[in-house]
Amino acid sequence: MAGGGDELKLLGLWASPFVLRVKLALSIKGLSYEDVEEDIFGGKSELLLNSNPVHKKVPVLLHNGKPICDSQIIVQYIDEAFPGSGPSLLPTDPLERAVARFWAAYVDDKLLASWLQSGKSKTEEEKAEAFKQTLMAVENMERTFNECSKGKPFFGGDSVGYLDVTLGGLVAWLHAAEKLHGVRLFDATRSPLLEAWLERFGELEAVKVVLPDVDSLVEYAKQRQAAEAAAAADAGGN
Amino acid sequence: MAGEKKGLQLLDFWVSPFGQRCRIALDEKALPYEYLEQDLGNKSELLLRSNPVHKKIPVLLHDGRPVCESLIIVQYIDEAFSSSSGKPPLLPSDPYARAQARFWADYVDKKVYDCGTRLWKTKGEPQQQARKEMVEILKTLEGALGDKPYFGGDEFGFVDVAFVPFTAWFLTYERYGEISVDKECPRLAAWAKRCGERESVNKNLSPPEKVYEFIGTLKKKFGIE
Repeated sequence: MAGGGDELKLLGLWASPFVLRVKLALSIKGLSYEDVEEDIFGGKSELLLNSNPVHKKVPVLLHNGKPICDSQIIVQYIDEAFPGSGPSLLPTDPLERAVARFWAAYVDDKLLASWLQSGKSKTEEEKAEAFKQTLMAVENMERTFNECSKGKPFFGGDSVGYLDVTLGGLVAWLHAAEKLHGVRLFDATRSPLLEAWLERFGELEAVKVVLPDVDSLVEYAKQRQAAEAAAAADAGGN
Repeated sequence: MAGEKKGLQLLDFWVSPFGQRCRIALDEKALPYEYLEQDLGNKSELLLRSNPVHKKIPVLLHDGRPVCESLIIVQYIDEAFSSSSGKPPLLPSDPYARAQARFWADYVDKKVYDCGTRLWKTKGEPQQQARKEMVEILKTLEGALGDKPYFGGDEFGFVDVAFVPFTAWFLTYERYGEISVDKECPRLAAWAKRCGERESVNKNLSPPEKVYEFIGTLKKKFGIE
């Protein structure tokens, strides 16, 4: 439970992996919050635009009305502002913290970026290149899991840590992408440790409670694709 | 272990604003370190071993163990040497203030270098676009600074360290982008001057004319006219 007098409000989008990351952190830390769904494509709320004027994006966490933006910054904030609640997400050792931050940045800057690019690519060539980059990133994450976990179940060791939560934001989409495209990004031959981690992570109560429904995500992806195609056609695009 | 030496070593490139962040942080904490200039056209074994994922500078080696990514390095320096240096922390202790600091440092990371590069790499319409964006970016940062002497408040802090190396690039932005930082963002210009009076900054920033010269050389090298 959030401490006495602590009001937490999360401005989000149910399908966003970045928002999911924050929900995972809140859930793992046992913190209650008001979940506010933003109509991102229909019209962002006044509250969102005022809370994140620079990027105008979700997630935004409001703690007693004060906004914190950017999923990784929010997760670190949750860890630091509620030290008594649940496990510590970031390790205490400065070098281990630096390693966790490095790989968390890598998840977004390399793994997710190339994966999204492979979805957005217009030519087969671009798509293939982006997917190749994605697989290389998966290989790196597999190696990182091996080094960070040291044989234990999570990146954080015995309990879930910062890197588990960061990568955890992608979990629902990993399953959805498999249903949509038949591609299993964390698979038994390429990345057996990550495949096992994915299963294990998904089984945690704190995770199950916030994971969006995979079939709904698949529907959502199809709707978004149709909407984007229609907008491109309207704009006279290709 | 990437290297074997005891103590601190910084793998860096003289004009890199990212590397300079680390040098400033190390000097702010009065930490002795060995500076190792890297040849980015012919990367050393040590660099490739220390940062196999990105193969980039800066890399901080602490007793041979590498820390990569400039803002992560700065946080590491702040955390690993918080008690031993006896100097004030770069990141504030209040979680909300820390989140704000991380947000603005991240903003500098995502926006300034990229837009600045487009200013000198492109011409015509893309350059005009970059010019507009740069003014917006600088004004946004000036807004975040407000009336405070530093982004950190009364004390020079994390965001100041993150952004100050780019002040050496203002002259380059001005010449290629026809932007006058003094005119468009006077408070930011004043902040830059104030920071420049600190020894750690004064010692580690490249002289603006040298940066401009360096970009001129790069342009020729890439055949950009």
